[in-house]
Amino acid sequence: MSRPGIMSRNDTDTKAMADDEPRFLALVQIYTLYERFWHWAQAALIITLLFTGFHLHGSLGYMTFHTAWKVHVIAAVALMILWVFTIFWQFATGNWRHFVPLLEEAKRAPTFGEALRGWLTMVWRIARYYAWGIMRGEQHPYKKRLRRKHNPLQAFAYFALMAFIGPVLWISGLALLGWDFWRGALPLASAETWRGIAAFAHVLGAWLMLLFVVLHGYMATMGKTPLYLIKGMITGLEHVWLTEDELNYLRTFYPDRVVHVEEPARATAGK
Amino acid sequence: MSALLDAAWSWMRGTFIIVLLCCSPSMHAAQAQQSGTTAGKPDVLSPTILKNLSITADHSKFKELQGPFTSGPEVTRACLKCHNKAGEQLRGNIHWTWETKDARTGRKLGKMHVINAFCTNALGNEGMCAQCHAGFNRAGPDYDLDKLENIDCLACHDNTGKYFKTVVTPGHPLVRKKFAPKKPVPWTEAAQHVGLPTRTNCGKCHFYGGGGDNVKHGDLSSVLFDPPREVDVHMSPREKGGAGLVCIDCHVGEGHKWAGGHYKLNVGDDGKRPPGMPRRTLSCAQCHGNKPHPNTALTGWRLNGHTDRVACETCHIPAFARGGVATKTFWDWSTAGRLKNGKPYAEEGYTQGNGKHRHTYASLKGTFKWGENIVPEYTWANGEMDWLLPEDAFDPKKPVFINRPLGAPDDPKSRIMPFKVMKTVQPYDKRRNVLVHMLLWGDNDAALWGNFDFARAIRKGMEIAGREYSGEFGFVHTRMFWPINHMVAPKEQALKCNDCHAREGGRLHKLAGFYLPGRDTWPWLDMAGLALLILSLLGIAGHVALRIARGKGKKRNA
Repeated sequence: MSRPGIMSRNDTDTKAMADDEPRFLALVQIYTLYERFWHWAQAALIITLLFTGFHLHGSLGYMTFHTAWKVHVIAAVALMILWVFTIFWQFATGNWRHFVPLLEEAKRAPTFGEALRGWLTMVWRIARYYAWGIMRGEQHPYKKRLRRKHNPLQAFAYFALMAFIGPVLWISGLALLGWDFWRGALPLASAETWRGIAAFAHVLGAWLMLLFVVLHGYMATMGKTPLYLIKGMITGLEHVWLTEDELNYLRTFYPDRVVHVEEPARATAGK
Repeated sequence: MSALLDAAWSWMRGTFIIVLLCCSPSMHAAQAQQSGTTAGKPDVLSPTILKNLSITADHSKFKELQGPFTSGPEVTRACLKCHNKAGEQLRGNIHWTWETKDARTGRKLGKMHVINAFCTNALGNEGMCAQCHAGFNRAGPDYDLDKLENIDCLACHDNTGKYFKTVVTPGHPLVRKKFAPKKPVPWTEAAQHVGLPTRTNCGKCHFYGGGGDNVKHGDLSSVLFDPPREVDVHMSPREKGGAGLVCIDCHVGEGHKWAGGHYKLNVGDDGKRPPGMPRRTLSCAQCHGNKPHPNTALTGWRLNGHTDRVACETCHIPAFARGGVATKTFWDWSTAGRLKNGKPYAEEGYTQGNGKHRHTYASLKGTFKWGENIVPEYTWANGEMDWLLPEDAFDPKKPVFINRPLGAPDDPKSRIMPFKVMKTVQPYDKRRNVLVHMLLWGDNDAALWGNFDFARAIRKGMEIAGREYSGEFGFVHTRMFWPINHMVAPKEQALKCNDCHAREGGRLHKLAGFYLPGRDTWPWLDMAGLALLILSLLGIAGHVALRIARGKGKKRNA
C-alpha cells in the first residue's frame, strides 16, 4: 500500500479548503534527514567553493592556486552530484513545491491576481517585520505550515538561488572546466570570447552566492531565539500550524514526526 | 592532503566525465580520454651513444685514414672517398651555407644575411667567424660552396674530443695573439676516430655562441657537457639521475638534415608520427606527446589542458643560464675602442656561479652585462619570426627588434613560449636608419679589432656588403629574441600555478588579449560585489545592534 503524499494531495474542493484552517501548533519534523543532509552538505560545499573560488579569482591568498583549484573542482563536482540527487529527491517527494513562489498561494486563492496581491502583502509584512517588528517583539507575520514551510520571501530567495544563481554558477563553471572539450567546436577567437563570458558569469554568480550566504546566515538567526531556526535545521523539528487533516495524516502515517501538539489555537491563526 | 584529494577525485571521476560529456559538443572528449603517450621514466638510452658503441667498422684500421693528415680538406677528401654522398647531403645544410629561406616571406635569412645583436655581421668577417661556423678556409665573402672538400667533417664527427677549429685568417696584429691556436690540430688521430656527433661536437661551437661560454643562447652553456639533473634532466648523465641524452637524440634527422634552429621554431607539434616515420620536426612532443601529464590525476588532466596554449618550456624551464655559467644580457658596442697605453684591455667585473670571471668591458666589443638564473620573457609564438634584414629601415627612437616571434592569443598555432631577450646598443646608419655591416676582423687599416675606429670599420663593412652608406653612423638600441628550449628542469622544479595565475607579479603579467584566471578580473564587478557585501555586513551589524538594544527580554514567536 502506498502512502498518500501530503504534498501531492490535490484538493480543489471548497469544503476541504474550509477545513484547511490550521488549528494545531505542533512541534513537527519538517525537515527530513535527507533534506538536512542536503542543506548542510550544500552549505559546506558552497562555503568551500566560495573560499577556494576567490583564491582562483586572485582575491585571496591563504592557499596556493593549485590547492585552491583542486579543492574547488572536487567540491564543485561533489555539489553537482548532490544536486542531481536532490533534484531527483525534490520531484520524487513533491518537495519542490515549497521552493516555487506563488504556487501554493495561487492554488488557494480564487484568482491569480488575488494570490499575487496576498503574496505581495505578505512579503511587505515580512520585510516590515524584519526591519521593525522584530525589534518590538512582534510575532512573525507568517505562520509556518506543513505545506508551506518557507515564507514568501524565503521561497522567493531560494527560488532565485536555485533557478538563477545556481545555474549561472554551474553552467559557467562547467563551461570553464570543460574548456578543452568544447573550444575545438568554435574558432579560437570566439571560444576565447565565450570563455571570458563564462568567467564573468561565474564571478558574478560567486558574488551573488556570497551575498546569499551572508544574508541567509544572518536571517537564520531571526527565529524566536537566535539559534531556534538553526537548531531546527539540525534536528529537523520546528513549530508549524497544522490542520486537523494534516495532524491526522501525520499521526497515522508518520507518528514519529509529530513530537508535541499544543492546545488548539484560536481563530486568529492561519490568516 | 594532495593524495587525499586525488583519491576523492578518482572516486568522482566517473560521474564527472558523464557530466562533461553531456556538455561537450565536439569529439574532443573521447580523444582526451586517451592517456598520453610514451612519456614516463627516463629508461631510454641515448640511441646515438648506443650506435657509436655498436659501430661495425674500426676507422683507425682503414688504410685511407692512415694519413698523416696536415689539413682539413685532406681529411674530408678521405672521408668523401667512401662516404661519397655525404658531401652532396651537406651541400644544402645551413651549417655549410650559412643561409636559409624564410618560408613565410621568401626572404633569405641565416648569418650571411642577418645582422645580429652580438658580433653583428658574419659577412666580411668570415676569417674569424668560421672558427666555429663550419667550413674550412672560409676567408671571405667569395667562398665556393661547391668545393665540398672544404666541408669540415671532423667538427661534427670527431669522437676523440681533441679536435678543435682555428681562425681562418690571422687578423690584425694587435689582436692576433688572443685568437691564435696554441697547439697543432690532431688531424690524423681525429680522422681515425669518427662516429655520430656527440655532445662535445655540438657543444664546442653551440655552447660558445656569441664568442664565449653561454654568451648567446642563455640555455646552452658548457654546464651541459656534464650537467647535474637540476640543470638539465635530458642531458644530465644517467649516473647523476638524468637521461644521458646527447644533442642529436632530440635533434634527429638523417642524410645530414636534422631538426632544430631558431629561424623557424617548431611550436605546436603534437608529436604524432606514423610508425616508422622520421621525427624531423624537433619538439618536446616528439617523445612526450601532447598529453604528457598523467590524465588520471586531476592536476595532470588540467596540465594536459594547457599544452595547446602553453609551450612545455614555459613551465619546465623556470629560469635559464642555470648551473653556474652566466649569459650575456646586454652589450653596448658604443663604448668599444677604449685603450690603455695604446693597447686593448678588458675588465672582469662579473663573477659567475662557478667562480669564473666574465668581461664587463672589452676594448674589442664594448660594455657587457651578465645574468644567471634569469626568468625568461614570455610571448605568444607560432614558430614564425619576423626578421629585420640589413636594408629594413626602422625608427631609431624606439628599440629595434632584430627578430620578433609572431603569434597571438587568438591564433590556434600560437603557444606561450619563453625567450631570452638580448639588449644591445649597436651601430646604424643615422641617415638611412638601417643597421650597418662592420669589418671586425682583418689584417688591414679598417678592421675594428685592431684599429678601433668605427667610422672606418663601418665604411669598409658596408663596402664589402655592397650596400649604400650615408657616411654617418650612430648607435641604436636593439633587441633579439632567443628561444629557450634547453635546461629543462626536473619536474619538481617546474613552475607552480601561482607563478602565472596571480593577480599581480605573475610571469604572464604583460601578456594581454586573453582571460587568465587568477590574474584577470573586471574591477567594477569586484567593486560592486565588495560594496554590496560591505553594505550587507553593515546592515547586519546595525540590525544586530538594534535587536540587542530594543528586543532585550521580549519574547518572539516563530
